[in-house]
Order: sequence, then structure tokens, then C-alpha cells
Amino acid sequence: MEEPAAAPAPAAHVPRDGAALETRGLTKRYRGGQLAVDRLDLRVPRGSVFGFLGPNGSGKTTTIRMAMGLIEPTSGTVEVLGAPMPRSARRVLPRVGALIEGPALYGFLSGRDNLTRFDAADPTADPRTRAARVGAALDRVGLVAAAGKKARAYSLGMKQRLGLAAALLQPRELLVLDEPTNGLDPQGMREIRTLVRELAADGTTVFLSSHLLDEIEQVCTHAAVMAQGRLLTQGTVAELAGLAASARGRLAVTTPDTADAVRVLKEQGVTDLVAAFDRVTGELPDRDAPDLADLNAALVGAGVRVRAFGRERASLEDAFVALTGEGFDVAG
Amino acid sequence: MWRAERSPGRTERRAEERAEGRYGRLDGAVPAGARAVSPFRQLSLFRSEIGTVFRRWRTLVLLGVLAAVPVLVGVAVKVETGDGGTVGGGGGGPAFLSQVTNNGLFLVFTSLAATLPFFLPMAVGVVAGDSLAGEAASGTLRYLLVAPAGRTRLLLAKLTSTLVFCLAATMVVALSALATGALLFPLGDVTLLSGTTVSFGEGLLRALAVAGAVALSLVGIAALGLFVSTLTNSGIAAMATTVGLLITAQIVDQFPQLAAVQPYLFPHHWLSFADVLRQPVYWDQLLDNFRLQALYAAVFGSAAWARFTTKDVTA
Repeated sequence: MEEPAAAPAPAAHVPRDGAALETRGLTKRYRGGQLAVDRLDLRVPRGSVFGFLGPNGSGKTTTIRMAMGLIEPTSGTVEVLGAPMPRSARRVLPRVGALIEGPALYGFLSGRDNLTRFDAADPTADPRTRAARVGAALDRVGLVAAAGKKARAYSLGMKQRLGLAAALLQPRELLVLDEPTNGLDPQGMREIRTLVRELAADGTTVFLSSHLLDEIEQVCTHAAVMAQGRLLTQGTVAELAGLAASARGRLAVTTPDTADAVRVLKEQGVTDLVAAFDRVTGELPDRDAPDLADLNAALVGAGVRVRAFGRERASLEDAFVALTGEGFDVAG
Repeated sequence: MWRAERSPGRTERRAEERAEGRYGRLDGAVPAGARAVSPFRQLSLFRSEIGTVFRRWRTLVLLGVLAAVPVLVGVAVKVETGDGGTVGGGGGGPAFLSQVTNNGLFLVFTSLAATLPFFLPMAVGVVAGDSLAGEAASGTLRYLLVAPAGRTRLLLAKLTSTLVFCLAATMVVALSALATGALLFPLGDVTLLSGTTVSFGEGLLRALAVAGAVALSLVGIAALGLFVSTLTNSGIAAMATTVGLLITAQIVDQFPQLAAVQPYLFPHHWLSFADVLRQPVYWDQLLDNFRLQALYAAVFGSAAWARFTTKDVTA
């Protein structure tokens, strides 16, 4: 609690203290004896955009369900917006919007009527503003034109948008989005990212579970990685990327003359050279590393045509693979 | 310093103040304090629930089938008695059938007697069985719960909508029978089972009372279906189980050797509604029926509550 949230807070009015979601020793063992979540200590700072990563079956969704009061923990606690769950569900959940394991809709109702129904289930929602809020939510996800269509006629992407709209029926302090870009086309994915950034700028904490690493890297300030029910690490995205095996990044050269490039770079002391298609990557020596400009000059001087040249940034994917292992297998 | 902030009450309050201030400024459509829980807002879920039940095609088809039964019975009686003969030689068939040709109002009693053993409770079993299991199967249950509907409140809303359906289904049969009877047969004073003759107006009131007694007879299977619905995530399984229990209870109720358990079977006193048609009204069986239905509602309502409020929602 005493540590200041490391989130680059997007707006001044975002409280810098406290956690939007915090678990202590959170454990869930299902009736079959399967341990889905194992002593999880997760802390989502207020105002952060928090990426929740892990292979399928790693316990992400079980964690989210416990936080939303749908599943009772076997042991440990989970607090949402400072209140213990599931005990405080009725007080806390009106301030939380959630998209859990994909959208679920009434196929025989129109998109608009679906939202009206979910809004009616919230005892704090004002019936007088219901129609206006439903309209605004539809507008926000770009579904106004299809609002009168029966939801069973919706495509997966439209259903996903409607699910998001349900999470945005009220101003929320915390948004929990489980795989929000699932089923969306690239344009839709972009819109979601823009939406998440807008919401974060308004001060909403966004908790985003995804297996799309570049998505997390593009929008998140913080991230946590789970595997087999355990938390492997959590921190800012920059910190996590820094955990990657080669924190400094490899040298990468794009050139049609890969053979020549490999020869020249070897002479310059670059090791572990790999040539693939029109790209050569290599490890820069730890000591007495040559200046990148000199390297480039040497390549060009030797007649190597260089299309691109530079050092690769260590990505979240590197960190992820370093933590969970190369195999992206479903945990048994 | 931070120790003080850890006290949940204070942190909570400050967070709420901040939140309200923030949204109050940013979003003029939501005035400060608009998020309070009021009884009026609590009712939204009940209205939405009832509306949703009656907007399903399945519900409308069930009601349509129920409405068709009195029409079929009425037309059959009319055709058979068209040459001046009597129905079934005055013997078999559902109760009151022989009186229908003299007074169309008796079609109401005949139709309720014909639909109560199976059609009506089956329709209720389908709606009650599907109530929570169907939401779980489609995944909408989790969104209702995070809305947050509240588990007890959602269960009460489901019970309410099922009971409203019981009443609606009974009224559909009664009104369809009344309309068919009025079209096909003469109407007039009503001779009760006890031999007393009452005016048509009072006969109508008695018909309404009979419909009420029939609707109350369905409370037991509604509660049973709701409980079954909390046990599974498959709407079909819950419907089939509930209807299966209905058939089992009806069969067990037929065997004289099982007389010991029969007074506790929910269909056992169903046909007691005929006692409304006596002068004075014969209350013993009717009250036995209502007590039994109340017992079922209490036992299976509590069981449904115990199950639903502690269950892990994984669908």
C-alpha cells in the first residue's frame, strides 16, 4: 500500500494510492481436486491499464470469476475497489464493467433490448436514464445501425461489441475485459485499443486479459504473467520486457546480401549470427562493442546494400517465452 | 500514515467521493447520488424478467398450444352432438364434459380438468426448469450476476416470472374455453355439483375462482422446477428432469399400494378444484392442496436459494 503506484497516470485526478484489484493468497481448487489458481498475490494499481497474460488454462478466467464474485475462493482473499469479494458484490459491482469469457446474449432480443435487460439487472441503474445510456453505449461501440437487429443475427465481432457496450452502460471505475478483441477484425481491434486508451485517460482502471502479446504491449502500463495457476511475475510493462533474456536486444540488419553481411559483421566481432530470408541478426559483444554507426559504415563500405539497420527492442514476447517456456501448450 | 489509509471504511469512502466527483464533472447525464439503490429500481429486474419470459417464442408456442386445447374439445363436442346425441354416452371423458352442450361455461371447467394433469404442469416445468439453467447455458447468467442482479434477488425474480406464467397459462386456457364455449354453445344459469342453480354471473365468478385454484396448484411444480434449474447448466436437462418428475409423481399417484406417500405428491389434490363448484364450497380438499403447494414452495424454494447463493458460476 505504501509504495506509490508506478503507473504513468494519464490524468491528474486519478488517485495514485490503493489498488483497483488486489488478491492475497488467492487459491481455487475445483471439486475434482484440480488446482486452478494457486496462492495468487496480484495487485492492480488504480489508474493502470493492466495486462493479464498466460497460456490457455493458466487460471486467468478463474481469477477473474473470483474477483467478480461468481466463484467462491477455496482460500485467500480478493478485494475489488478496496472491498472484499464476493461479500461486497452488490456495493462494488455497479462500479465495475466486465466482459468475461466472451459475450453472452439473448438471441431472441435485439441488441438494444439486450442492453436494456442487463441494465435493468443493476439495482443502482436509474430507469429514467436507461434509454439514453443504452443509446450512448451502442454509439460508443459503433452498433447504433444494428441496434434493432436480433442478437442471434450478429456476427462474433458484433456480439463482442455488444458485450463491451454492456460493460460501458455506466461510468465505471474498473473495467475487466477478458480477451476483448477475440473475433474482431483488425479494424475492430484497433477501435478497442483506442477505446481502452480513452477510458484509461478518463481515469478508469482497465484490467485486460489477453494472449495477444503485442496488444498488451501496445496499450498496457502494467502486466502480470500466469502459468499453471501461479503468478510468475507482475510489474510495469517496461520492467517485464527488461526481464527478457537479452535485455539489450539483438542487432538486426535487413539486406538482400545476407551472405556478405554475415561475413562483414563477423569480422566486426558480432556473434551468434543468424541469416534468415533477407534479415541477419546477431549478438553484439558485451565489451568493446563497436559503434552502430561504424558497423553500418563497414557494411555499406563492403558493398552490402542495407535496407534497415538497428537494435531490436526486447519485447514482451521475449519476456513471456523466457517465463513460460517456448511451448505454448495448454496446461493439463 | 498509510496504516490509517488501510482502514477499509475510510479508503472506501474516499474512493467513492472521488469517483462521484469525477463522474459528476465528466458526465452531466449522471447526477451525483444517482447510483443509490431505491425500491423502484430494484423492481426493474422483475419487470425485465417477466417481459423476457413472455417475449420468448417458446413461451408463446406453449401458450398457443394451451389455447388450442379448449378449442379442440369444444369443436369435438359440437361435432359429436350435432345430431342431438350426448357426449360419450354420458360416461367417460374429463369432468363436466356432458354438461358442455347445455352451458358453454362448463367448457372452462372441462378444459381446466383436461389440461391440469399434464399440459399445464408440463408448460410450467419447461419455463421453471429453463429459468436459471437456460441463463447459465447461454452464459447470460454471469452477466446478470455481475450487473449485479444479486443472487437472492435474481432467484426471486425467476420465481416471480414463473408464477406469473402459471397464472397466465391457466388464464389462457380459461379464456380460450370461455370464448369457444360462448361461440359454440348456449350460456345461462349454472347448475352446481351440489344441485344448486346459480346465476350466470356467479357462475363466471366461480370459473374465475376455479382458475385461481388451478393456478395455485401449479406452485409446487414451479418451485420444484426452479430448484432443479439451480442444479445444472443445461436448460434442456432441467426441463426434462422437471417434466420427468411430474410424470413420475402422476404414475406413483395411481398405485393404491403406494397410498402412504401419495398425500405428499404435488399432483395428489389437484382435482380438488371441482369443490369450488359446490354450494357451500367444500374447503377441506382445496385447503389440503394449497397447504401442500405452500410446503413445496417453502421446501424447494429454500433448497433453490441454498444452492443458488453458494454455487460457483462457471458457465
